[in-house]
Amino acid sequence: MADTQTIHPAWLRITHWLNALAVLIMITSGWRVYNASPLFDFYFPDSITLGGWLGGALQWHFAGMWLLMGNGLLYLVMNLGSGRLRYRFFPLSPRGVVADLSAALRGRLSHADPRHYNAVQRLVYLFALLDIAVLVLSGLVLWKSVQFETLRALMGGYETARYIHFIAMALLAAFVVLHVLMVALVPRTLSPMIRGK
Amino acid sequence: MPPRKRPTLPGLDGPAIVQEARRLLAPRVEQPTRRAFLQRTLSLGGLALLSGCRLSDDESVEQALAAVSRFNDRVQGWIFDPAQLAPTYPESMITRPFPFNAYYGIEDVPQVDEADYQLELAGLVADKRPWRLNQLRAMAQVDQVTRHICVEGWSAIGKWGGVRFSDFLQRVGADTQAKYVGFKCADDYYTSIDMPTALHPQTLLALTYDGQPLPPEYGFPMKLRMPTKLGYKNPKHIQAIYVTNTFPGGYWEDQGYNWFGGS
Repeated sequence: MADTQTIHPAWLRITHWLNALAVLIMITSGWRVYNASPLFDFYFPDSITLGGWLGGALQWHFAGMWLLMGNGLLYLVMNLGSGRLRYRFFPLSPRGVVADLSAALRGRLSHADPRHYNAVQRLVYLFALLDIAVLVLSGLVLWKSVQFETLRALMGGYETARYIHFIAMALLAAFVVLHVLMVALVPRTLSPMIRGK
Repeated sequence: MPPRKRPTLPGLDGPAIVQEARRLLAPRVEQPTRRAFLQRTLSLGGLALLSGCRLSDDESVEQALAAVSRFNDRVQGWIFDPAQLAPTYPESMITRPFPFNAYYGIEDVPQVDEADYQLELAGLVADKRPWRLNQLRAMAQVDQVTRHICVEGWSAIGKWGGVRFSDFLQRVGADTQAKYVGFKCADDYYTSIDMPTALHPQTLLALTYDGQPLPPEYGFPMKLRMPTKLGYKNPKHIQAIYVTNTFPGGYWEDQGYNWFGGS
């Protein structure tokens, strides 16, 4: 971090890619679990799911959860402890988001300094962070509905927690699509997340 | 492992020996490291490609996942609070009809004849005399309306009545310090549970469903009903109960479902 050229510190790059791996495992195994008892009138094609069958998918899901949770906690501790969360994501105002969004849609948003997150990035990254937190909490209710009574009540009961878990997954999947699309549009941002600069 | 001390050998040139050893070993080490690195990179690439089934078929991956699953059993044992009760519901919320579920179709439900039926006991139990249904009906009965949650995700609310399993275990002099209680069933199903769950106040040796003798499709003559466990942990048509310290596994558990399987 002493290197002034570093855009993303090593801990951030490591937790980012571990998180990407965890999310990939959780979503694709989760789709297989969903297929066992779909909430809506559709299935996920088995070929894009992980685990081979319900039992295998659950094994992946309950192994991946440790990576998602452990890595997520590490990310939060480092992010809060280093002050990065505060200076990278705040201030954040609705007006700033609207202004940056309209600039982005007109192709006039500057990406000159990859250290600086524009207001839309701030909002969307914070959303992804909170969404993963909702996924973990609703997942805990599905896993331990008896033990985590307060959490279960907060999530509106076991059956409601299933829908919350699903919707939060769908929103995270949408984030991933958008995120990858933006990297494809501004490929300069990929290297800092791999090499740091 | 006891801490190892580096032996000091007088008269030897340490750094020169290490250098010599490195020179000798270098060609051998280089290849395996490169291979290991390639393997790792390739398996990561495989994951990224997400050919999920092929990855799961890999034996070492399966073993690792099974090990995590056993670790999760232990974690769930720690999380389990024996005094934490599952929610109960008013009878108006009972799911009607309550779904039938088994590893076979409803046409293959075993028909157990009460006249011939005996519940057998084995393992770490003081009194191994078999039980008749009427003897169980003579014990204190409890009713509860609870949610049955299937490993597939769906859930349904039902009403089960019967003997508190902890009462029964005490009555037969089971060793409640033992680790596991196992079940063998008339439909060739088998499973096992942890002792703290066996002693949980809501764990019932269920003899009735919705106030009627347990119908065959719900497990006549008896089912172990645990609102703290997923459906596959709740054995139906129980023929034998045994207490043991040897991990007994289960029909689905042996195929990969998590053994603790509950909340």
